[in-house]
Amino acid sequence: MILALSAFISIFTTLAIIAVLGKESFGFFQQVSIWEFLFGTHWEPLLEPKSFGVLPLLAGTLLIVVGSGLIAIPTGLMTAVYLSEYASERTRSIIKPIMEVLAGVPTVVYGYFALTFITPMIRLILPDTQIFNALSASIVVGIMILPMVASLCDDAIRSVPVSLRQGGYALGATPFEVTKNVTVPAAFSGIIASFVLAVSRAFGETMAVTLAAGATPNLTLNPLESIQTMTAYIVQVSLGDTPAGGIEYQTIFAVGALLFVVTLGMNVAANWIMNRYREVYE
Amino acid sequence: MVINDPILSIWNLNIRYGQTLAVKNNSFEIEKNKVTAIIGPSGCGKSTLLRTLNRMNDFIDSFNTDGTINFDGNDIYAADADPVEIRRRIGMVFQKPNPFPKSIYKNITWGPQINGYQGDMDTLVEESLKGAALWDEVKDRLNESALSLSGGQQQRLCIARCIAMRPEVILMDEPASALDPKSTARVEELIAKLRQDYTIVIVTHNMQQAARVSDNTLFLYEGELIEYGPTKALFTKPEKQQTEDYITGRFG
Repeated sequence: MILALSAFISIFTTLAIIAVLGKESFGFFQQVSIWEFLFGTHWEPLLEPKSFGVLPLLAGTLLIVVGSGLIAIPTGLMTAVYLSEYASERTRSIIKPIMEVLAGVPTVVYGYFALTFITPMIRLILPDTQIFNALSASIVVGIMILPMVASLCDDAIRSVPVSLRQGGYALGATPFEVTKNVTVPAAFSGIIASFVLAVSRAFGETMAVTLAAGATPNLTLNPLESIQTMTAYIVQVSLGDTPAGGIEYQTIFAVGALLFVVTLGMNVAANWIMNRYREVYE
Repeated sequence: MVINDPILSIWNLNIRYGQTLAVKNNSFEIEKNKVTAIIGPSGCGKSTLLRTLNRMNDFIDSFNTDGTINFDGNDIYAADADPVEIRRRIGMVFQKPNPFPKSIYKNITWGPQINGYQGDMDTLVEESLKGAALWDEVKDRLNESALSLSGGQQQRLCIARCIAMRPEVILMDEPASALDPKSTARVEELIAKLRQDYTIVIVTHNMQQAARVSDNTLFLYEGELIEYGPTKALFTKPEKQQTEDYITGRFG
């Protein structure tokens, strides 16, 4: 009974969140059309004249997601391949805990690490870079999700049966050929799952991007400019003195709902990819 | 035993895992184009010995060996020996079928492809599958996953994949022990057919199987080579008491 109740808590919470998001977003969309919200290119909900085009926030978020993904996915996969296929047990026993420490650093620390260390480095090379910029935030979010990609990919690769690798070696394959053509494809579904989890995390990442990327809704693809992500906007409004019930207040639910829908969509897509391309090995 | 035409010559071979001596000072030769069976009770070191013949034990950190294994005039454990090249020429079939989770076709072509095979792949696939007596069963579904095959078919696919590389020697590590009796019979028929073109070394704990398929038999006990000779002689008139005790089922 208690067990069933415990399971029910998470279902109830999910439903409650959807209900709240739905209710407040509904209020918002009675005043602003969905079309204007999704395709408007200007986001200025707090100052007159108000405009509610979410694209600048979406662009800001995507900039961070793509940027951090470009850093974390290849590096994480290569780290995992190195750890599982090439590193000695000793090397592994040193690197793994260090990565776990990296995963345990509070995100706010990453945020000011970006602001006080990465940004000055970027400005050394590219002096025109703004103090708050998407590149610095992307790098730091990339570093943040790297251990997750590496660790999950490592698990996926190591769970491929040794007998498959041996089959490859027995055909005169080099370790690299076995890794590339046998082990990694066999671990593909787990690897994709790790990518999606990591990207979802980058999508929802809040503290580091709020600190490092700024609070300027900006429809741009230039990573050297200041931007604002969806999550950072929610923080900005939640912390401010925006009165509850007003349209400014409701915007954060609309943005939250969008965040939720996009993340859900990514998970569905990932599931589809995993089932479609999975190499079952048992 | 004196072998006229050896393809592998093993001298004073010791195999260790860390401090444990698994194979003790073995010297013997493998006859070309014959089937050699290695028999002995579980844990006697026969699989270890087999896997040493194409350097499949290299991946075990604690593994080390001394003595020499001459293949085609060169020591396969020499510093300049290339294990990838050796495994290309000395193939292996494992105890449990381990086809790649790819199509039947790709299972055959993968090895030749990465090794730069220039000929026609379709022909190679057909020849290899015919060679492994699997062609008729799978010719209409070459693009299906190899995992859709039964266990016995999977094992014959692994043999087909191995002979697609045209190896000089095929090592088989209890290739039928995970199969049902009918599939076992088919694999044994296949071995009888393959002996015309290949040298086969087969490890088995099934003495009837050794007697049925092999020309020569080597009896290994606790890492020591007890007796080695023509299969018929070894099974009918063993020279050593231990061999007789084992083949008559007194232990093991």
